[in-house]
Amino acid sequence: MRKALLAAIVLVAGLSAMLLAPTSSADPPPGRVPHPAISVDTTTRSIDSPEVMRRTHMDMLKHQRDRTVHLGERRVKVTLNGCIDCHAGKGAGAAAGSVTGSAQAFCESCHRYAAVKLDCFECHQSRPASTPAPVSARPAAGGKP
Amino acid sequence: MSDREHHTPLDGPSATPGSTRLPAAAAQLQALAREAHRPGVSRRALLGAGVAAMAGVMLAPGIRLIEIAGAQVERKPGEAASSAVRWGLLIDTTRCSPDCNDCVTACNTENGLSGGTAPTDSQWIRKIEIRDQRTGRTASAPVMCQHCANPPCVDVCPTGASFKRADGIVLVDRHSCIGCRYCVMACPYKARSFVHEPVTDQKPDVPRGKGCVESCTMCVHRVDDGRKPACVEACPEGAMLFGDLNDPDSAISRRVREISTTRIREDLRLDTGVRYHGI
Repeated sequence: MRKALLAAIVLVAGLSAMLLAPTSSADPPPGRVPHPAISVDTTTRSIDSPEVMRRTHMDMLKHQRDRTVHLGERRVKVTLNGCIDCHAGKGAGAAAGSVTGSAQAFCESCHRYAAVKLDCFECHQSRPASTPAPVSARPAAGGKP
Repeated sequence: MSDREHHTPLDGPSATPGSTRLPAAAAQLQALAREAHRPGVSRRALLGAGVAAMAGVMLAPGIRLIEIAGAQVERKPGEAASSAVRWGLLIDTTRCSPDCNDCVTACNTENGLSGGTAPTDSQWIRKIEIRDQRTGRTASAPVMCQHCANPPCVDVCPTGASFKRADGIVLVDRHSCIGCRYCVMACPYKARSFVHEPVTDQKPDVPRGKGCVESCTMCVHRVDDGRKPACVEACPEGAMLFGDLNDPDSAISRRVREISTTRIREDLRLDTGVRYHGI
């Protein structure tokens, strides 16, 4: 009797684990709610695991920006240019080119979803150093003193 | 003397003391050879001393095996700027042509400025013509942020956005600048500009944006990388010399010891980091 009860518990636990197993993050759950379309360059390694980066990237950047601007610390682990070079770089797939400006862009895809204002790029360049600016973003020629 | 301060046109004959160094090092080696015969001197200590002596030997004028005394130590990744360094500029106006605008153009290219000269355009360097009204003598000079040791722009900033870095470079932290423009009013050199329009095509190393005050950063991103400011590199006459004013062996320190230099509005006692010769 006890053995049968144990077997039943194991069976129920196994079934529920199968049912509750998370679906692949590549397929967003169906529904009317839009989900971020994150395209990650897997050929390069980020500075920490995706879980840590999702939660703390803003703290990392804010901490380091003050140390870089005021103390002059350069060539450090956390740099905004470092983020952009990979996440909008050649290997970033649909997100390549810029981290803002489209629903596929690496930063903007999540920030749109979470409705968090993204004002880094009012001053900072959102394209990797090697990527040329789209023609519309270039300032008018001339104006030489 | 560090590599970044090596600057041919402004370096006089006295700037390369290499000729005297070889005999000195040879004498040092002879002394070491005598030392070797003394009892109690370990072979290892002798070897170490020999290497140290060899490091001082000039391989060629201006090139040494290992940079020792007075060398500007390259900053390690993540190392903060040090107050042991005071970056400065020496501008030789006798070499500066009034027709040349290369420093301004290089600054605009390096920092992503439009190059416009309207009142609402950012200008980090201006070419100034000065004329002695009595004698009629004229001189041309680039004027940028003078990187004062006692900067008035820092005194008046209500948010602490305008600040002086440990190595003497005066900067604006755009993260805390509210665009009040007190510093623009306070600066006696008219060095600061306000960004009136949205900026779209910034350089990755030089973030710029609407609503903030900005000025010459002495190309801080290049300096932190061990390079010279863009204007210094671009000057076709070699009229600009960049270096560490605190290091008595740097090219700029030797030069300001040799020739008479002036600082603009010296009466304000701001102790500027930019000096001029010939005005």
